[in-house]
Amino acid sequence: MKLTGSQIFVEVLLEQGVDTLFGYPGGAVLNLYDELYRNQDRINHYMTAHEQGACHAADGYARATGKTGVVLATSGPGATNLVTGIATAYMDSVPLVAFTGNVGTAGLGKDSFQEAYIEGITMPITKHNYTVRHVEDLADIMRDAFRIAQSGRKGPVLVDIPKDITAASCEFTPAEPVKPEVKKDFDEEALKEAAELLNNAKRPVIYFGGGIILSGAADEMRQVMAKADIPATWTLMAKGTLEDDDPLNLGMIGMHGCFASNKAVDNADVLLAVGTRFSDRVALNPSKFAKSAKIIQFDIDASEMDKNVQVSLSVIGDAAVLLDKLNDLLNENSHEAWREAIEEWKRADYRPTDSDTVLKPHRILQTVAKMAGDDSIYVTDVGQHQMWAAQYLTHVKPRHFLTSGGLGTMGYGYGAAIGAQIAKGREQRVVHLTGDGSFHMNLNEAVTAVSYNLPVITVIFNNAVLGMVRQWQTLLYGKRYSSTDPQRKTNYVKVAEGFGAKGWHCETPAEFEAAFAEALKNDGPSWIECVIEKDEKVLPMIPAGATIADIIMADGKEAE
Amino acid sequence: MAEKKYTRSVISILVENHYGVLARIASMFNRRSFNIDSIAASETIDPGITRITITVHADQNTLKQMLLQTERLEEVKKVFLLDTNSLQRELLLIKVKSDPQTLPAIRDIAGVYNAKIIDLSPESLVMELTGKPEKIDGFLKMFDNYNVLEMCRTGITALNRE
Repeated sequence: MKLTGSQIFVEVLLEQGVDTLFGYPGGAVLNLYDELYRNQDRINHYMTAHEQGACHAADGYARATGKTGVVLATSGPGATNLVTGIATAYMDSVPLVAFTGNVGTAGLGKDSFQEAYIEGITMPITKHNYTVRHVEDLADIMRDAFRIAQSGRKGPVLVDIPKDITAASCEFTPAEPVKPEVKKDFDEEALKEAAELLNNAKRPVIYFGGGIILSGAADEMRQVMAKADIPATWTLMAKGTLEDDDPLNLGMIGMHGCFASNKAVDNADVLLAVGTRFSDRVALNPSKFAKSAKIIQFDIDASEMDKNVQVSLSVIGDAAVLLDKLNDLLNENSHEAWREAIEEWKRADYRPTDSDTVLKPHRILQTVAKMAGDDSIYVTDVGQHQMWAAQYLTHVKPRHFLTSGGLGTMGYGYGAAIGAQIAKGREQRVVHLTGDGSFHMNLNEAVTAVSYNLPVITVIFNNAVLGMVRQWQTLLYGKRYSSTDPQRKTNYVKVAEGFGAKGWHCETPAEFEAAFAEALKNDGPSWIECVIEKDEKVLPMIPAGATIADIIMADGKEAE
Repeated sequence: MAEKKYTRSVISILVENHYGVLARIASMFNRRSFNIDSIAASETIDPGITRITITVHADQNTLKQMLLQTERLEEVKKVFLLDTNSLQRELLLIKVKSDPQTLPAIRDIAGVYNAKIIDLSPESLVMELTGKPEKIDGFLKMFDNYNVLEMCRTGITALNRE
């Protein structure tokens, strides 16, 4: 049958199982939006306040469900506004397909109105991207985009569609949805060698990252840990994989990870790294990372091998496949002496101090975890509150902690929370945790939450400063608070009301509990502002480039 | 020419002959701070496939990353390091200032290296030389004490023997 480019666009989306997309209209995508209008009964389009919010929403949708997120924007500024969202998805390996309109093919390269060379701009932040130059290519390019986004190491793909392509017609042949290519094969000898190293280890540790979530390998990970009695530490991207009270759970690793987990990696004789990339926030000093250990690396992406830290043995493959097979090869084991040493470090770990009168970050998060319920999805922005959330939230499941780990995108949270809420429906509790700095970047997305009446609860950790940058200034820059104390006068309750949401202002634990209880009953979006001390720090902290020997465990205030 | 810290490696990349494929590879090399000494691209016997030959000076770890990161690009069909005994050729064009006094010596050098004089004017001449990069380097060294007006090298293009 003969269809227009716009009809093909909608047909291929439906064929690929897409029933939801996020976006913002404009001149170059008028034909596409006209077709979406005609197909409202088959496909839901959510309009945001800004294209960046739409891109983060598609990302949050993808992270919460494991499906591929879809975002649509117009040419020029519409396309460039997606850039931060695409880069965010790229750094965290989130499957996403971004569609942009462009000026007609005759106008390409002529500096036409609202023209941007988005293919060139997004080349380094996508797995691959396309400009569709012939309507006959559109369907297969879209199918390729979905295949690439979901296959191997997942990530974003961009398809740029000039306006005349959306109007032109050609013959369309329906196809089956593309199946992501799951890598089943691996080097069996190398895996045997890995099992042997682990079977003979005295002080083994597993260190895993977001690959466990992406591969859906949480059960396999827990099995391996339990069978061989191997303690494990995880990165920010893998929060939610282990039970809080599992004695083999060492907690988070890295700059703001636990003392015990960093100490265990430093003392390990064999370290198994799975689905993780030894980033500079974990292997703070790559030449000294796990310095006593033989390091084994499992990853789906061959280019991660030896990229940041030199390893002794690497196996390329899917985390769930490799861990399942490894489990067969591992002996039942027990490492009592090693576990005892780790318990000792756990006892020496940092503990925040409580207060009944002022709001403490860890207490806010404990209250949220208790009141929101075990099935809640948490979405963070970036900064101190993000690290506190990673440290203190409990009862989190895989795909229930959404955060911009790689790019560290302030302003990620609200869009992503909206995407997660739409993905999982109104009954799903979604809590958006943010700081006053991050929130001011994209709080405009409140209008989206109001338009669609989404019950997203936003908890704002308001220390009135850019806390994380300020913390570095306190510890490393002689308290010269350059541009971190903006003297904003925002009245969050009034702004929330102005947008059509509900707002609460809290200064004590009792006020926060009362506000959160109210928010849980609210049908639409809620903002809860929590006033916290501006000198609150994220601890422990290992400064960039340093080692466990340099860990900061106590707040500098006492030392002064 | 400054001495290089690492030996020269030649990477051969077979890619789909699409718009922008060279830009993708160059962009990735730039982003990851991989330095390219020379790059040459042309169609192969299959018009759908382009061969890109990149010459680099890099340590073993960086070289491994160059290959792995290149392999990750969607349009790359195959990427490999050329053997040390591979057939490597480069083309040089060089314009040298000449006069009746210097001309015979220049002709002698050209003769030894089998370089062709392809243009001659009263004040300069242009020579063409094809060969291994070392041969080109050696030939150029002979002109250290001459007035070289312009010079252009194509970069290495190469094939394995088998």
